[in-house]
Amino acid sequence: MRPTRAVGLVGYGAYVPRLRLPAKEVARVWSEGAALLPIREKSVPGLDEDVITMSIEATRNALARAQIPVEEIGALWVGSESHPYAVKPTSTVVAEAIGAVPYLLAADWEFACKAGSEALQAAIGMVGAGMMRYAIAVGMDTAQARPGDALEYTAGAGGAAFIVGPQEEALAEIEASLSFVTDTPDFWRRPGAKYPQHGQRFTGEPAYFRHVTTAGRELMQALGRTPADYRFAVLHQPNTKFPQRAAELLGFSPEQTRAGLLVPEIGNTYAGAALIGLTAILDEAEAGDRVLLISFGSGAGSDAFSLQVTPLLAERRTAAPRTRDYIARRKEIDYGVYVRTRGKLSM
Amino acid sequence: MRPVAVLGIGQTAVGEHWERSLRDLATQAGLAAMRDAGLEHVQAVFVGNMLSGLLTRQENLGALVADWLGQLPAEAFKIEAACASGAAAFRVAHMAVSSGEVDVALAVGVEKMTDTTSGETTAALATASDADYELVHGVTFVGLNALVMRRYLHEFGWKHTDFAPFSINAHANGARNPNARLQEPISERDYTRARMVCDPINLLDASPIGDGAAAAVLVPAERVYDRPRARVLVAGSASATDTLAVHDRKDPLFLSAAYHSARKAYAQAGLEPAQIDFFELHDAFSIMSALSLEACGFAERGQGPRLGLEGRIRLQQALPISTQGGLKARGHPVGATGMYQLVEVVQQLRGEAGPNQLERARVGMAQNIGGSGAMIATHILRVA
Amino acid sequence: MDIPRNWRLRTQRYALVGEECDHCHSKIFPPRDICPDCGQEAKAHFAFSGKGEVYSFTVVHDPPTGYEDQAPYAIALVKLEEGPIVTAQLTDVDSAQVAIGMPVEMVTRKLRAEGDEGLIHYGYKFRPTLARA
Repeated sequence: MRPTRAVGLVGYGAYVPRLRLPAKEVARVWSEGAALLPIREKSVPGLDEDVITMSIEATRNALARAQIPVEEIGALWVGSESHPYAVKPTSTVVAEAIGAVPYLLAADWEFACKAGSEALQAAIGMVGAGMMRYAIAVGMDTAQARPGDALEYTAGAGGAAFIVGPQEEALAEIEASLSFVTDTPDFWRRPGAKYPQHGQRFTGEPAYFRHVTTAGRELMQALGRTPADYRFAVLHQPNTKFPQRAAELLGFSPEQTRAGLLVPEIGNTYAGAALIGLTAILDEAEAGDRVLLISFGSGAGSDAFSLQVTPLLAERRTAAPRTRDYIARRKEIDYGVYVRTRGKLSM
Repeated sequence: MRPVAVLGIGQTAVGEHWERSLRDLATQAGLAAMRDAGLEHVQAVFVGNMLSGLLTRQENLGALVADWLGQLPAEAFKIEAACASGAAAFRVAHMAVSSGEVDVALAVGVEKMTDTTSGETTAALATASDADYELVHGVTFVGLNALVMRRYLHEFGWKHTDFAPFSINAHANGARNPNARLQEPISERDYTRARMVCDPINLLDASPIGDGAAAAVLVPAERVYDRPRARVLVAGSASATDTLAVHDRKDPLFLSAAYHSARKAYAQAGLEPAQIDFFELHDAFSIMSALSLEACGFAERGQGPRLGLEGRIRLQQALPISTQGGLKARGHPVGATGMYQLVEVVQQLRGEAGPNQLERARVGMAQNIGGSGAMIATHILRVA
Repeated sequence: MDIPRNWRLRTQRYALVGEECDHCHSKIFPPRDICPDCGQEAKAHFAFSGKGEVYSFTVVHDPPTGYEDQAPYAIALVKLEEGPIVTAQLTDVDSAQVAIGMPVEMVTRKLRAEGDEGLIHYGYKFRPTLARA
């Protein structure tokens, strides 16, 4: 898919909270230390953080890099599976906090881990159609996992914000995108349920791998490209093994996926996962580099984007903290503090 | 404008009065003051109180107290200035009598704090601070004073234990005051080992809340001249304001409202600080003692603790403070405290202070602080 | 439920937006109609940078009603680089590491939630300035 007017990312920003729960702490409590660890540690939001506060910071970082007048933002959309309210949008609070109100679109998006990239697709459309000069798409999560479940090792917190604008102002042009969506129930949460459920091994081949590899392959084919044309590839990263294997299936080398693979250090940031991998890549990419981004959301679907970095990126990059600055800022906690902080105690 | 005198005083003990309500306490103190004055009627009742609305769900206290004291249809209303409500009520009574509008005024300070849980009481006390810019951040009243004390220690290089003398003195005197909430002396060791409440404020830096009421009858000065026992004149009566929030103060370590109200009171009385015999200051927290002494000209800025360390604040020394225990030991039923301070000054001036009686007590000063320093009332009383 | 009251303050709370005095150019927070320095009218909005340093701090262990689930928390007087001092919680920091003079920056965080079903109120807090490589 390409819009009638060429667009790109004019700003980007990441956010990761400070606390870290080592996977071995989960193993200590739930398996007497015996379980295999899918990652090293995951990020944990503080008591005063939620998807609203985290989206505000990521968006402020994106604005610092974009240097645009806030009145010209025509949409601000936050995608998450852990919005603080079921009814009352995250997006309006973020829009208020950055001073973008009142003439703009603002609504929350949900499609599990691809809610943010879905918003990004829509942002491309609105800006590409000339309906607005800039649109902001955020993918951010503080998703909860059931205590003792496999997903508790990896369910982290964090995400990223992107500002889509005209190609001539872009730090990275968006060449094209593609979405691939089916009704595939690999992972879900009913309203009122505190924790999600998942289909265990069903989350693999029929869900993650099918959608990620199909979207990636179809997009590259439509553009007449091969993996060799891309310096970086970033895939949705629920754990370390899935993105490594999917990248291999698509024909990418470990060196191409290295920069965007953050899950071992911060866990799966759900709607932020692929997107924050992209911000980490943009923190080091050079003009001319191509990047392939493929998200995945359970339910299920993938959004694939092909981007190319412009010379403007190097100029604007240092205007806000890098993704690695947030990753380096860490304070380790134990399972007890984690349980209190995440509200898992029944009082 | 005519000079004013205090004709009668009364007080309840400060404590957890499970059996006595807000109106019971006010009535008890009011009647005691009227009896002490030898009067059955007053023309006006001014009720100083801070928390009746939040903790007792009762406002319109002027009418309530006038009613319960059998003084209808006297004019009466509540006066509120946070923890300075008591002295504010006295100030208004002074204005009423001094102006010639009222010939006999009763000022009552009353507070009932122990009917509610500590969380509710703490939240209510915090309304003395700035609700939108201090309270909303979860700051407690103790917290605000802790912020000031920490900065003070940092700027002037004092150690926390240098504040011990204020507490030790207050407790020593409180132990000899049958109306005091706390009647046990404390040692320096007790002070250094007291549990931390809000760093650097520990339990013995902070005054205890409680229930209580104190009252005084004010009349034109010529009415006391035929009563040799009780010739106590109001030589100075003033109050002043400062920013509500600590963070807005030009100098967060200077009680500007104390300085302004004291200056006015000194001028009215024709006195210098050196001529004040004793000072019932507002020792809600030990840091306030130091800041009050400095703002009123008894110590240089940043040197308040020196008066304590050199023992000059003890009974019979150069400037006795908290002579009946102060807020620290006599207790701090917030809206009533200002009246307790004034009643204690009168006791000293009359020679009725019991074991805590000062040998030299001809001019006494009382200062009542509302909130963290936003409204301060200063009075100077002397023997005629 | 303090709906209108918190809503009125949202711009200043979310983004530390105060005023600049037209006459003496003092920066004022929070916004108020009369400049505390020169007494003249002050109306022009001014967005503070959020940068400042710790002027004083303490840790609250006995919170008021409504703040129990957050305790203990550090509160501070923060001197903003433009001049005013504000009261706020400190966040993302161990209390033992806080010191007078520590450089801090404003972040927008949850101030308080009215239970599990009530509104969430957001506002400014300060954290140690994020280290950047």
